[in-house]
Amino acid sequence: MENQENLKKTITFVLMDPPYENARSTSALRLISLAVKRGFNVNVFAYEGAVSLAFLHQKQHGNSIHGRSLEEEDHPNTKDWITAIMQDAKQRGSLIDWIQCGFCVDERGVFEWDIPGMRRGSPADLAKFVEVSDNVLVIPTK
Amino acid sequence: MSKYLLIESRDPFSTNDVYYLFSLAEKLKKHENDVSIFLIQNGVFSARKTAKLELVSKLCSQNVSVLVDDFSLKERGILPNNIVPGVIVSSLDFILDSLANKDKVLWH
Repeated sequence: MENQENLKKTITFVLMDPPYENARSTSALRLISLAVKRGFNVNVFAYEGAVSLAFLHQKQHGNSIHGRSLEEEDHPNTKDWITAIMQDAKQRGSLIDWIQCGFCVDERGVFEWDIPGMRRGSPADLAKFVEVSDNVLVIPTK
Repeated sequence: MSKYLLIESRDPFSTNDVYYLFSLAEKLKKHENDVSIFLIQNGVFSARKTAKLELVSKLCSQNVSVLVDDFSLKERGILPNNIVPGVIVSSLDFILDSLANKDKVLWH
């Protein structure tokens, strides 16, 4: 029942933080994942450093200090978390529209991502998101 | 009267800004708004009994709802019995519910 009610509601999340620098990235992805699971329509506008969250060439690494191999360390890459969220949305029939700010992508050179459903956009798209959303949560960087 | 959810992600030992947010909550409440504070990430440090801060207990006494993210508590090894009385252990569902209800939600 709740999922049907939430399907009528749209939440936009606005992200700024790059991966691995702050717990805000983790909290943001936790919130987005939960919103998808609960049946909300979700918009994400990623700009500034957050455009790197989806960068294709992120790689795992081992941990020689603690003697852990690549497999043992299983270091998470944010691109894989986002891919999982998008796949979850598809399986549930939830709507998620993730836009990468083109200006921020260009200046950082993170042109490549391989996540179906993610697209390049601009601040004009953020304005459209705000207009169509029931609410907007901006998670600002420090 | 409006409903506000103020999300505090920072701890008061690293930045004075936390005091400003708590002061904002107090003032909004005095203006007869419905106010909640949700502590997440290092913000949950404000809610420890052993922190010997009065920030949170003061807000609770003024009927500001203070909630903490259960995941953030676990990450930091803060047990529920070390939380200031009156603080509610909660989850991110609370944030989504507030957003869905069109409350005014601010992340600090």
